[in-house]
Amino acid sequence: MARMKFLCDADRCIECNACVTACKNEHEVPWGINRRRVVTINDGLPGERSVSMACMHCTDAPCASVCPVNCFYTTADGVVLHNKDTCIGCGYCSFACPFGAPQYPQTANFGTRGKMDKCTYCSGGPEADHSQAEYVKYGANRLAEGKLPLCAEMCSTKALLAGDGDIIAEIYRERVVTRGYGSGAWGWRTAYGETVSV
Amino acid sequence: MSNLLTRFLAVLSLAVGLSGPVIAQVNPTASSVTEDQLFESLGTAPVVGRVTIPDAAAAYLIKPENKSWAALQAETLHLLVVGPIVAIIVLLALFYLVRGRIRVDSGLSGRTILRFNALERFAHWTLASTFIILALTGLNIVVGRWLILPLIGADAFGTLSAWGKLAHNFLAWPFMIALVLVLLLWAVHNIPNAVDWQWIKQGGGLLKKGVHPPARKFNAGQKLIFWSVILGGAALSFTGIMMLFPAQAGTPADWQLYQTIHALTAAGLTAVIIAHIYIGSVGMEGAFDAMGSGEVDENWAREHHSLWVEEIKGETGAAGHPKAHPAE
Ligand code: HEM
Repeated sequence: MARMKFLCDADRCIECNACVTACKNEHEVPWGINRRRVVTINDGLPGERSVSMACMHCTDAPCASVCPVNCFYTTADGVVLHNKDTCIGCGYCSFACPFGAPQYPQTANFGTRGKMDKCTYCSGGPEADHSQAEYVKYGANRLAEGKLPLCAEMCSTKALLAGDGDIIAEIYRERVVTRGYGSGAWGWRTAYGETVSV
Repeated sequence: MSNLLTRFLAVLSLAVGLSGPVIAQVNPTASSVTEDQLFESLGTAPVVGRVTIPDAAAAYLIKPENKSWAALQAETLHLLVVGPIVAIIVLLALFYLVRGRIRVDSGLSGRTILRFNALERFAHWTLASTFIILALTGLNIVVGRWLILPLIGADAFGTLSAWGKLAHNFLAWPFMIALVLVLLLWAVHNIPNAVDWQWIKQGGGLLKKGVHPPARKFNAGQKLIFWSVILGGAALSFTGIMMLFPAQAGTPADWQLYQTIHALTAAGLTAVIIAHIYIGSVGMEGAFDAMGSGEVDENWAREHHSLWVEEIKGETGAAGHPKAHPAE
């Protein structure tokens, strides 16, 4: 089985936000929730870089370790998913996540949170694949169709890579070697405990 | 200026299709920000940038410190919470085995005195009932996934925890009101004084049969419980409100601190309250009536609160304790 990961090659990202839009559209993500976003570091300065970031599907995911109802699970592909039926919207995962992935629709008491929503690596949730219930709660399930996440698939500069961690790390490594520079596999050290060394 | 010129020349050479004078290609990496450098200079501080969406929090790209809080939750906090609770239960069980139920040594007299009026009992039971539900639903958040989830399954546990969260969020308010009420009603009786020192020196008479150090309305042990409840309750209230309104609490790091304080204070206070419940029910004959009917047996009162009985009965002889009220 593959170990799915995201890798954003910031030296290619042009901050077009197409990944963000594609994600919102594909999953009909409600207002106020962004499963993916583009962050620009050193904005306006020479050498600024933009990074497209979503849930990194961490190894030993911190969200899963703090969830009081244990609603997270890791699939055989290494994707971290959660069960919205048991999620109580306590918000703990959002304080555990290093990447700001968990989002809340703000419908619960004291105006704070509803059930958590985050990037599913385009692979739905615990409901039956391609069921209406799955789509409504988690969005499209492209992985079950043999397709990769749409954000990466439609990235015009191929900055955002999705796929088996070893393969995308190799692609990135080749790029860095060929062009002679690279700003790093953003988030990898934090998410997977290792970065892509060139 | 020279920059502008270079650019102009570059555009010109492209437009005209000249391979013209050699223009040095700008190396885009020359001053590029890299993750390695950033982490080196930031330490564990978050990597933050700019986003084009309204959610300002989304600008935080990576917050490595969140993993420390997560690790604290997962590895240590539940032990620190369960530890004191298990410890106090073991201690109380041992105490019960050694000392047994504390009896009224002189037997029941059959005559009763009013100890707590209806308002006092209402305040106590509002505080007690809300605290117990808050403690149970709070504990469920900390250890439920290990203790209860395997027993009842994910669906039932999810439903239970959702109701628990609602109960916790809403019952916090009557708890806080009762806390203020209890403070107003009983603070005067809980100011430490010289009699407490005597009581402590004699171990409250808890360990030896027939030993009854004098006490007024509340003895030193009860004062300790009272102030634990007031201070612990205030800390829980403050941190709890901060947790309910995360946006007002400050930074997420502040919230994490409040959450940790909340959990540890709750564990400590719960342990204190378990001891309190023990001594107020099975641990001591005649004690429960004080909060049940409000009326206690006179002999019980004389053994445990001798000075208080003298005060309310207007008896003389309580040296150094002038009567609170003149002749009625
Ligand atoms: C089923 C549970 C409980 C029982 C059976 C119980 C019983 C009692 C009794 C009998 C008294 C009067 C003691 C006396 O006559 O001097 C008392 C007092 C008091 N109770 Fe409780 N109680 C319970 C729960 C709680 C809880 C949960 C709290 C606070 C969170 C609390 C706070 C207090 C305080 C502050 C006092 C006055 C100080 C003291 O007597 O220690 N009680 N309780």
